[in-house]
Amino acid sequence: MFSDLTIVSAIDLLRKRKLSSLELIKNCLENIRKKNAQYNVVLSVVDEEVLLKEAGEADKTDFSLPLSGIPLIHKDLFSTANIRTTAGSKVLNSYSPVYDATVVRRLKEAGAIIVGKANEDAWGHGSSGENSDFGPTLNAYDKSRVAGGSSSGSAVAVALGMCLASTGTDTGGSIRVPAAFNNLVGLKPSYGRVSRYGIIAMASSLDSIGHITKTVADSALLLSVTAGKDPYDATTLDKKVPNYPQLLKRKDLKGIKIGVPPEYLNVGRKVTPGMDKKLEQITESSLQKFKMLGAEIVEVHLPYTEPALETYYVLVPSEVSSNLSRYDGVRYGNDRTNFGDEAKRRIMIGTYSLSSGYYDAYYKTAQKVRTLVCKDFEKAFMQADVIFAPVTPTPPPTIGEHTGNPLSLYLSDIYTVPINLAGLAALSLPAGFVDNLPVGIQLIGPQLSERKLFQIGKSYLQE
Amino acid sequence: MKSKVRYEPTIGLEIHCELRTNSKMFCGCPANHFGKTPNTQTCPVCLGLPGALPVPNRKAVEWTIMVGLALNSTINPESKFDRKHYFYPDLPKGYQISQYDEPLCFGGFLATSSGKVGITRVHLEEDTGKLQHTQLDGQKVSLVDFNRSGVALIEIVTDPDIHSASQAKEYSQKLQNIIRFLGVSDCDMEKGSMRLEANISWGLGLGYKVEVKNLNSFRFVEKAIDYELKRQKQILETGETPRQETRGWSEKTNTTMTQRYKETAADYRYFPEPDIPPMEFSKEFIARIRKTLPELPQTLVERLVKQLKVRGDYAEILVSDKNLLSFFEKALEIAGKSQIGADVLAGYLVNSKVDIAKTSPEIFISLLHKQKSEKVSDISLIDTWVKEALENFPDAVTDFKQGKTNAISALIGYVMKVSKGKADAVLARDMIEKSLKKS
Repeated sequence: MFSDLTIVSAIDLLRKRKLSSLELIKNCLENIRKKNAQYNVVLSVVDEEVLLKEAGEADKTDFSLPLSGIPLIHKDLFSTANIRTTAGSKVLNSYSPVYDATVVRRLKEAGAIIVGKANEDAWGHGSSGENSDFGPTLNAYDKSRVAGGSSSGSAVAVALGMCLASTGTDTGGSIRVPAAFNNLVGLKPSYGRVSRYGIIAMASSLDSIGHITKTVADSALLLSVTAGKDPYDATTLDKKVPNYPQLLKRKDLKGIKIGVPPEYLNVGRKVTPGMDKKLEQITESSLQKFKMLGAEIVEVHLPYTEPALETYYVLVPSEVSSNLSRYDGVRYGNDRTNFGDEAKRRIMIGTYSLSSGYYDAYYKTAQKVRTLVCKDFEKAFMQADVIFAPVTPTPPPTIGEHTGNPLSLYLSDIYTVPINLAGLAALSLPAGFVDNLPVGIQLIGPQLSERKLFQIGKSYLQE
Repeated sequence: MKSKVRYEPTIGLEIHCELRTNSKMFCGCPANHFGKTPNTQTCPVCLGLPGALPVPNRKAVEWTIMVGLALNSTINPESKFDRKHYFYPDLPKGYQISQYDEPLCFGGFLATSSGKVGITRVHLEEDTGKLQHTQLDGQKVSLVDFNRSGVALIEIVTDPDIHSASQAKEYSQKLQNIIRFLGVSDCDMEKGSMRLEANISWGLGLGYKVEVKNLNSFRFVEKAIDYELKRQKQILETGETPRQETRGWSEKTNTTMTQRYKETAADYRYFPEPDIPPMEFSKEFIARIRKTLPELPQTLVERLVKQLKVRGDYAEILVSDKNLLSFFEKALEIAGKSQIGADVLAGYLVNSKVDIAKTSPEIFISLLHKQKSEKVSDISLIDTWVKEALENFPDAVTDFKQGKTNAISALIGYVMKVSKGKADAVLARDMIEKSLKKS
């Protein structure tokens, strides 16, 4: 029940009094009760009494707010006042914030109800969901497979009907990968479009605050609430927020140029493994679909794709080592012995790359390559409106497939990390199934091109 | 001592001043923390809670630029904040937001009576919390107060251009005065809103320097440097090199004592603060700030001397104390209609030692009028008192001749006392000076 319900249709039903927020909340709680033990999706659920009261209050209104009575789940990196927020780490096992992240506050003010907090790779470190200190979240379509990460619980919660949509963070693919692996729509907004205030930082210069939904229309609706300048985040852009939901009218894609970089397909890569053959076929047929909708396909080149991955794995640990230094257990949280292996690995790599004598060779060089990656995209966007790419090189791996070989997991981030280095916008869309396992494709656009991505994505999904 | 090397006291100062902005450097908490109940002026940002982000205080940036301009520094057209990492319980994020390779201001100088002192840089950062080591339920504990955490702090670093303890003291006093004139910091050493550290050695080529902390008065700066130079000289004379270390001045023992050895530089792993976009300043912006600069002490002294004919040393004294100066200015305004000139007024104000905190300029002027009418200006009578003073205070006479010009105040004081305050102080001073120089 309600498993296909979108926010847009729920709002419509609520306003017509054909559905109540109470029914919605009860249904979400029912799905959590039934499935959470198996799938390990949410780490904290808000008190039922509180939820029913909030839903009851929403039902007394005329649902005039954009998200009145809509149940959402937040990734556990989002600070939620008086709701336990662990970052997926035992370090913050019993930490309860005193304040709401800006995005949490904006969503609440828009009428949304927080049902709970989603499992994730600890601190956002990982693309499979297996690095959670509370155990991996299982794929909604196959319990032997990973959910994708790091926003693992966020994706599976939506897929299993525990909420209508969820929030996530994307530092190198953490929204797009789990969305793709669970047949959902994942938005990584442009850097600076959505406030990071109150969201536990992974790598501050790359962290992007987005969400996972069932449709492009839902994604646009949520962004219209979360986007915009925040006086508490100096890196947010002071640019007007378009009314995204109203701009979704386009039917065909005539006049749209979609760039395809051969570097993202199977050509000439040295470091990273090639793409799964069946996934490649699905990617190809997705591309054909864009063509049929009237888009023009053009070749663009992104020669710094492989160095981008290497650069990412210098810059991210550097910032991680700095951002995690506040977790000393002096004022809140548990002490440092509670850090998991992946966090420790990144702290060590980052501490090394920022040390005097190594800084120039690692951090500084990586910053220079980052500029080259940005230029790659700038050039590509002179030829194409958006860039088409796969999200992952393979369908969801089996649980444990990458255990003991963290490098192989890093390499699978090849299609997602360059976008974060350049601060671009990207939308991952369901592309079909490989052996009954969901896979996705992504559309990458220049900074603040979310509107265009939504329009193209909506045509593609024929919503 | 080794040959070839030129031995000369070589001193650089690092001075921190807390800016008196309304709010802290990166959050909206009140910045005035002195005497407040611990941990009552905090928020997620200055407590370093998960997810909190810094937003720079515009006023603090502008004020730092003002300080740079007052010190003849160049303002960096592009500047940024950096993270400086170290672990300490009073540093809630595990790093301090500071400035590394692109400070707001660099270069410049401050003139002292024994030469210009070069300014290396002026940068902006955040203050830390404060540890309190105390007893709680009979147990020794260390508590942290985060009220000070995140307060805007400027650091002014000099080149190693200072060559004596007295020059260091003069530099510090002049710097304090300039910053107080700008009105951007209280520079109160007792309250800790001005903190001094000195790097002291007998020469740059000797391969060591000693950092001395805990210098919370100008007197201690002078004493600590003198002590430290003497200590290092004794070591150098045995052919050894003093250890590179951090020492603290001890008020009790009047010595410096080892705090920690600093043989290798600490690795702070500086990198650009990703939460704060880099800053850019246009020439117009800097010009606008320059226009807001008040008249600075040096210019004011020159104006008092040239326009108002105030004696040079009196002008220096007036300008060295912002309160005294404003008292003088008000008194001058009131006196304007009467016959008292600025030079005379300055003389009385400097010599009579009125308590300006307890007297209003109006009362001061009326007292002055009264005194003037009763004043003894009989040279022969004053001369008798001056002779008495010289006989009664032989130590003051000796001191004066050895260059301690302050000793004269004891002599003037005697004359004023025996005359029951009626002697013309300015006249008395002149006569004492003349006799001292004669004898």
